[in-house]
Amino acid sequence: MHKIVSQNVNFYYGEFQALHDISLSVKENTVTALIGPSGCGKSTYLRLLNRMNDLIDNTHMSGTITIDGNDIYDKHTNVDDLRKNVGMVFQKPNPFPKTIFENVAYGLRVNGITDKKIIEERVITSIEQVALWEEVKDKLHKSAFELSGGQQQRLCIARALAIQPSVLLMDEPTSALDPISTSKVEELIYELKKQYTIVIVTHNMQQAGRISDNTAFFYMGELIEYDKTKTIFTKPTKKQTEDYITGRFG
Amino acid sequence: MKTNLKKIREKVIESVLMLSSVTTSITVILIVFFLFIEGAGVFSRKPIDDGFLLAVAPSNSVQKLSPAQVKDVYDQKIKNWKEVGGADLPIVLFRTSDISDYYTDEELGENFENFPQKINELITKTPGIIAFFSETYKAKQFVGKELDIDKITISKFLSGEEWFPTAQPIAQMGVKPLIYGTLWVSFGAILIALPIGLAAAIYLSEIAKKKTRNLLKPLIELLAGIPSVVYGFFGLVIIVPLIQSTFNLPVGETALAGSVVLAIMALPTIITISEDAMRNTPRAMKEASLALGASQWQTIYKVVVPYSASGITAGAILGIGRAIGETMAVLMVTGNAAVIPHSFLAPVRTIPATIAAELGEAPNGGLHYEALFALGCILFIITFGINMLVEMVTNRKSHKKH
Amino acid sequence: MSTEKKLANKKRRNQNIAFGLFTGISYSVVGLLFVILAFIVVKGIGVISWEFISAMPKEGMTAGGIFPAIVGTLCLVLVSMVFAFPVGVFAAIYMNEYVKDGWVKKIIKQMTNNLAGVPSIVFGLFGMSLFVNKLGFGDSILAGGLTLGLLVLPVVIRTTEESLKAVENTFRQASLGLGASKWQTTRNVVFPIAFPNIITGLILSIGRVSGETAPILFTVAAYFLPKLPTSIFDQAMALPYHLYVISTSGTNIEASRAMAYGTALVLIVIVLISNLLANKLRKHFGKKVKMN
Repeated sequence: MHKIVSQNVNFYYGEFQALHDISLSVKENTVTALIGPSGCGKSTYLRLLNRMNDLIDNTHMSGTITIDGNDIYDKHTNVDDLRKNVGMVFQKPNPFPKTIFENVAYGLRVNGITDKKIIEERVITSIEQVALWEEVKDKLHKSAFELSGGQQQRLCIARALAIQPSVLLMDEPTSALDPISTSKVEELIYELKKQYTIVIVTHNMQQAGRISDNTAFFYMGELIEYDKTKTIFTKPTKKQTEDYITGRFG
Repeated sequence: MKTNLKKIREKVIESVLMLSSVTTSITVILIVFFLFIEGAGVFSRKPIDDGFLLAVAPSNSVQKLSPAQVKDVYDQKIKNWKEVGGADLPIVLFRTSDISDYYTDEELGENFENFPQKINELITKTPGIIAFFSETYKAKQFVGKELDIDKITISKFLSGEEWFPTAQPIAQMGVKPLIYGTLWVSFGAILIALPIGLAAAIYLSEIAKKKTRNLLKPLIELLAGIPSVVYGFFGLVIIVPLIQSTFNLPVGETALAGSVVLAIMALPTIITISEDAMRNTPRAMKEASLALGASQWQTIYKVVVPYSASGITAGAILGIGRAIGETMAVLMVTGNAAVIPHSFLAPVRTIPATIAAELGEAPNGGLHYEALFALGCILFIITFGINMLVEMVTNRKSHKKH
Repeated sequence: MSTEKKLANKKRRNQNIAFGLFTGISYSVVGLLFVILAFIVVKGIGVISWEFISAMPKEGMTAGGIFPAIVGTLCLVLVSMVFAFPVGVFAAIYMNEYVKDGWVKKIIKQMTNNLAGVPSIVFGLFGMSLFVNKLGFGDSILAGGLTLGLLVLPVVIRTTEESLKAVENTFRQASLGLGASKWQTTRNVVFPIAFPNIITGLILSIGRVSGETAPILFTVAAYFLPKLPTSIFDQAMALPYHLYVISTSGTNIEASRAMAYGTALVLIVIVLISNLLANKLRKHFGKKVKMN
């Protein structure tokens, strides 16, 4: 059973076609890495999955994307609910200028949960899930800006987890982090895979190799190759993929 | 259910926000509407007080007098009917109050009930008369000939050379001196402010160290924050006496005083906008010039200034716009004489100053009141045009960049 | 000497002359500011006393204080801000967070710019025609305050829009990504981040409102009114108008000159304080934003 299914997706920024006829299916509880050179459309594709591209003026898409069998671009789909189900983690850690606790509680509050007990429980669970609890348990009510970059990014992941999504989108989540923080986040991704379906955009080939089950290679808005990560990295079928992976361009 | 409620709330909030955002548009439309409704009233009226009339003897061949002629007649600059195309006959002026020169109170009756009849008499026996009186004293069988008075036309309003809206019997509604006064003072201000402003902008953007710049710029912007009435006051107690003694004038309240004060007020606008434009010059362009051996100064006037020309122009135009609309400072230092200016050392009067000075005394809805609103329309159109011009200049710049 | 060297010398000389000139002019402009300020401070400081601030004008405004004018200006600031601040902030939020680029936005922007360019005396005419006459508020704090509110509306909108623009998009995306609605995002995330800058704009508009004269000439200002307003339907004195009156058309201009200096000083101080405060705030919060 596929969690996410996209069929013949095209996407345009004004006149410019950023994605050409992308068909790609993602299995539940897997990590799928999207790789490719800058501007290849991998981030654009990722942001279609929670309709973040709706925010950009003068864009349109065609084709269908379903999550759990529901067409997310159907006009009856509630975007807020979709985004609640599809969490997102961004390139740079972007905690809100609020306390650590309030950052994680934010998603719960905006989704109408008012019960203090539930909020507290979920906040703690989420922080524990990202292995941040020991580091922040004494300063839950301090500003999130007091954390280091790596801690901030894990907090942002906790923030996304608190509203119990089933899909987690990550847009180069470690590109702004140091190597130690990076490996912590990678470990975390490995853990999270058990409960969530994860799609991650990364520039870092080794990272894709380490953490993902499947890898999709994008080039100039097209999906060139999509297969098991092992296959992609050991015997790619397409020349472009091989060139990219072996570092001949990109 | 909950999501529906949330959706409705979102929609309501969005409508409130949208309503707020159209407030400015509505205000602009309302300003245009009210200004033009009130101002247009002028052009459906005769420049004579409501309920009054001007009449001459029936034998008089003159049918009609222009407002300027009427004024000259009553100022006794025109003394004979032949000067206005009539017979060779001296003009005899008559105002309501002059009646006592001809008739006693008894003859007029206790409540002036005989007034209409006596005026008839007077007109019949004085062929050279011109009489100005209230309609209430006009006899049922009026023997005189009512003079035709033209309605005020837009072209007359704009080209008339005299502004004397409270003149009796006929108001003089010519805005030419006011328009000229406004333009003189504003352009004078820009002539002073533009070179100074440009020099300061060049210094700030190209010459000064970052630290100096960060110190000076807020100070210059502070100049923009001083209320205009304080500038007016400063001009009144410092600049006006200074001009008076320097040029040995009877009064120091002159167009020049207005220009100087406005120049000071326009400086921050010109400096800020030109400086921004100059700082937008691509670094690569400047470096290319320097690398060819041009001095910094050569680079400034050969590369930076031409590149930022449209920004500088926008700053200058905006400065003129501010100057044209400025009221209080100008009102306080220019002397407010409504004559077509012939020298910077003579008093002038601008459109905004006229409105500010006279609206308080103009009865609501009267001719004078409407004329002042018409002045407001002229001012609005001028400043609106200037804003459009600035928009065009800056838009052209952004097109060029693409 | 070779011609080349001569040319180089000339080049350098020209540059020195030009730079010297420009430096001199720039410092003169700043010097001018100090001349104006120093002049008013020196002449006005002797007039300032507790009585001047807290007493009614006396003897044809040649003595006593300016208390009613201060109160009047405060009332006008209050009324204008109660109108302009929420409307301006809402408008800016709509423009920056809601409406997409297109002709609607263009028109609203254009109209706001146009409103900003309308001369203040025209606002005076408009306020008189609409608020005083048509709506029947009469000469009142309400009419004057609303007129002033419309006048500063573009300022509030512009500064708020800039503050909202300065909020990084990633905050919005993160919030929306958590299923928050647009309004929830705006209210809980964007607005709090932008708030310090918005307040800076508010303070600057207060400075602007307290100094404007032309819009209140025919909508509220009383020449002489030795009592305090009791409601927003009352007339009131105001500082800038008071300065205008006693320096040009008072009963005894020479005798009230001292009062005029004092009034000018009070006005200047209000403007200076609001500018300094705004700058301080901007710097203070500017640093804080840089931290993350």
